[in-house]
Amino acid sequence: MDAEQRGGWPSMSAAGATSSFLDYVGSTNPGLLPFGRTLPAGQLPPTPHGTTIAALTFDGGVLMAGDRRATMGTMIANRNIEKVFPADRFSVLGIAGTAGLAIDIVRLFQVELEHYEKIEGALLSLDGKANRLGAMIRANLPMALQGLSVVPLFAGVESGTSVGRLFSYDVTGGRYEELEHHSVGSGSVFARGAMKKLWRPGLDREDAVAVAVEALIDAADDDSATGGPDLVRQVWPVVYVVTGDGAQRVSSEELAAVVHAIVERRTTERREA
Amino acid sequence: MSGQFYVSPEQMMKDRADFARKGIARGRSVVVVSYRDGIALVAENPSPTMHKIGEIYDRIAFAAVGKYNEFESLRQAGVRYADVRGYSYARADVSARGLASVYAQSLGTVFTAEQKPFEVELAVAEVGASQAEDHIFRLTFDGSIADESGYLAMGGKADLVQGQLRDTWHVGAELPQTIAWAVAALQAPRQESAGNAIAGAVPEPLAPGNLEVAVLERNGHEVRGTHRSFRRLPAFEVENVLNAQREA
Repeated sequence: MDAEQRGGWPSMSAAGATSSFLDYVGSTNPGLLPFGRTLPAGQLPPTPHGTTIAALTFDGGVLMAGDRRATMGTMIANRNIEKVFPADRFSVLGIAGTAGLAIDIVRLFQVELEHYEKIEGALLSLDGKANRLGAMIRANLPMALQGLSVVPLFAGVESGTSVGRLFSYDVTGGRYEELEHHSVGSGSVFARGAMKKLWRPGLDREDAVAVAVEALIDAADDDSATGGPDLVRQVWPVVYVVTGDGAQRVSSEELAAVVHAIVERRTTERREA
Repeated sequence: MSGQFYVSPEQMMKDRADFARKGIARGRSVVVVSYRDGIALVAENPSPTMHKIGEIYDRIAFAAVGKYNEFESLRQAGVRYADVRGYSYARADVSARGLASVYAQSLGTVFTAEQKPFEVELAVAEVGASQAEDHIFRLTFDGSIADESGYLAMGGKADLVQGQLRDTWHVGAELPQTIAWAVAALQAPRQESAGNAIAGAVPEPLAPGNLEVAVLERNGHEVRGTHRSFRRLPAFEVENVLNAQREA
């Protein structure tokens, strides 16, 4: 995989033989990568930041949800941004942090998985995918030290099974498997608090969607950088569900119904806090 | 030091071409056929893992005959080319024409400059919005490139297979019919050799286990919700299709 190992195979290094798109581009065209450049000294102007991602396991898979807001300092930079993406057929990732870098890292990760699958003719294992994402986040460490950090959350099922697994990361690329549920981003504290009370073992898919949406509503309630569901513009969180059949985006009709149910319940209960 | 004999450039090219042609004719054939809902790629290939057909990009597939190590390295190079291009521009900017011309240059350079030419023949197929917009390119060992319309056969006794397809293929057929045509065409060389041995003898039909079948689906995005239109057909699906066609 790495350059030294390839060095042992003269004909292979000539052919650039690696199954990793990241390694290949890194050696042939490093300018294409979102990271790996040294930034000159200076004050960085405000850049858009993505905020809260929540993920949880349920009976039959795993689910990830993200709010739709990007902030730039105290301003709202974007109210339609999507921060949860399918990584491949059986995994999804969500990103919090510097949006510009994060979106390119997502694209890079998607190509990395597809590239491996095409070259090798086989899917990477879920742990393999999680490790590749960790390598990318570690490569971004110099940028993180300049204040441009990207923190992903990764979830998926091993193909052929329906057991959902969750992985969180720190800026050094450290990879931690999370149980039950996890959240990243500025509103994560509130989302986690909500999920601690709402999550229970053996949730079905519909209930899991409701729990994730409610956790994001709670995060938006207390964190100004997290956007709540927008009933006027009909903007709902992005929610992906991964089961043994693959990753699927939850339809906006279903999300609208879930959001309305939560809002109506809270209105009747006249909740204040 | 041994003396160098003079060999005319014509003779040298001819020797190289004969060498490559012989290598390619030794193997079994592959066909690429356009049908109503996509493009089918069918190869006679007893190995379930050493593929002759591969996915390159969203709407592009690759098929090859000849020496496995040579076309496999070309396939991987094609995947790298397409992925780098799609990553640095956009997914829609990766086209079969661009890939085919890179292949043509690479094959042409190897043919003239290297010790020996590649003993391979390649096909690059791109599924379009309609059957008229499908592209099937044929790339030969010397870097020649041809834009084939509708179908293509290569490797083994390619002329026989191509001839059979010419007689049967027409626009607008569905997948099962197309696979049946392709398999019949792949059988043509056996038919002929059996016919030569004993008049009227029927050769063993090609078993689904000896076939490698993949499709580029025209509406993969609507049907399967993925941007990748390439799909391998498992042996049982091929068997079902062939049985249904035989009964019909």
